[in-house]
Amino acid sequence: MSTIAVENVNLHHGLLHAVRDLSLSVASGEVVALVGANGAGKTTLLRAIAGAHRPTSGKILLDGADITAVPGHQRVGRGIALVPEGRRLFAQMTVEENLLLGRMAGRPGPWTVDKVLETFPNLVARRTARAATLSGGEQQATAIGRALMSNPSVLLLDEVSLGLSPIAVDRVYESLGALMRSGTTIILVEQDLSRAMRVAGRVICMLEGRVALEGPTASLERERVTQAYFGLGHQARALA
Amino acid sequence: MINSLIQGILLGGYYALIASGLSFMFSVMRIINLAHGSLAVLAGYLLFVLAQRFGISPFYGLLIVLPVMAAIGFLLQRFVLDRSLRAGPLVPILATFGLAIVVDNLLFQQFGADTRSLAPYIGTLSYDSFELPGGIYVGALAVYIFVTAVVVLGGLQLLLSFTAIGRAIRATAEDPETAGLVGIDSRLVNAVAAAIALVTVGLAGAALGMRATFDAYAGGTQLLFAFEAAVIGGAGSVWGTLIGGIVLALAQSFGAQISPLGFLIAGHAVFLIVLFARIFLPRLILMRRRA
Repeated sequence: MSTIAVENVNLHHGLLHAVRDLSLSVASGEVVALVGANGAGKTTLLRAIAGAHRPTSGKILLDGADITAVPGHQRVGRGIALVPEGRRLFAQMTVEENLLLGRMAGRPGPWTVDKVLETFPNLVARRTARAATLSGGEQQATAIGRALMSNPSVLLLDEVSLGLSPIAVDRVYESLGALMRSGTTIILVEQDLSRAMRVAGRVICMLEGRVALEGPTASLERERVTQAYFGLGHQARALA
Repeated sequence: MINSLIQGILLGGYYALIASGLSFMFSVMRIINLAHGSLAVLAGYLLFVLAQRFGISPFYGLLIVLPVMAAIGFLLQRFVLDRSLRAGPLVPILATFGLAIVVDNLLFQQFGADTRSLAPYIGTLSYDSFELPGGIYVGALAVYIFVTAVVVLGGLQLLLSFTAIGRAIRATAEDPETAGLVGIDSRLVNAVAAAIALVTVGLAGAALGMRATFDAYAGGTQLLFAFEAAVIGGAGSVWGTLIGGIVLALAQSFGAQISPLGFLIAGHAVFLIVLFARIFLPRLILMRRRA
């Protein structure tokens, strides 16, 4: 499958310096959780990897090849798919049409509309319904399905649990479980720390555009992540 | 009465044909192409030159002119509309307004003030007619143009609903950035959509030239009719465009029965009534509901 590397990337929203000289690398088949408070730069970073946000400086590498200048729509063809924050479905189009759009990049692979519906059974009855009429959980399933239809080797998930009921979140992660074990490289942004630590092999905690803490889930205590999350790391160390 | 009803409906087919490209471009790219009429006249002149200089019948001429129009549409989107859209939503309208002036004056410079027609090059078709029961005669050309309009509008609808490029066009219209994230090259898709729109403009130009005369400055009037038909029908809806064209033409032909000047006045009046109804009726209904 694929590796992703980000080297000394800086990202701006106008005057706001959202991501500062950040470097990270994700191995093939790894599941990495990106955590951090609102405004830490997680979404901007994912959008930059997907090609929706141009870095001010730095490089983004896919399997070692520099893709910084490759436009977003071509990155889908090279195996990077983003499930954007807020789902971003095409509201006027049906579930099936939204899914079929995922195939526009023409990457060969196992995903079909039927297979997505098998993975997310809650969509079966809504196949011809307009995306605007779906519940939050159904919308999220459609957004993930649309990304899967491009047969990605790197899947970027931005806050897939946002605004969903706990049952819907369980269902979404249950469906993602098989994918996570299948060797697809996954970077996920998740607000729910315990859930992030349960599914990911490694946690990267961002604070104000930088990596505040990083390590394998098994060796990280929840306490330390929480401190890094709120920027208490330095004080904590000083106190100790 | 029945006669003018039927003639009006058939004329509506022509208006729907010329409006189809305008409303397609508006619904897909949110661009009002003010050069629409001038480009239709350009297509008419291209067919005229092919017929006069090279003896190519306008029907075969379309095989050359439609690809040329598609290429013009593609380049127009790539090099004019795409760039001007980045400067704000009003700039493309100004750009197409400028383009209309350029096209009109280039045509005038090239062809002068003489009015032209494709009628001499289509044999008996320009005066052939079918007899309907009740002694009503309808022009064969008018019927063919109506059928063409229905086929073009139906074709656009099928294209948008059931093909991959149609889905890409709709997705790009709704949210270009997310379209990019699912792997759609929205610039390419918009250029293809503009090319499709200009193919319909080429057909409309052929219909204009065959059924009537045109000169270098005829584009403005055609744009006006296309615009009125599109607005009456509800810009952006495919079958609404056909209805809009028919309503406009019916108003014109009934207006013409009242007075020779009534042709244009009645058309404009219906357009304005529908426009104001569109603006004020929803507010009135809303106020009633609140009261």
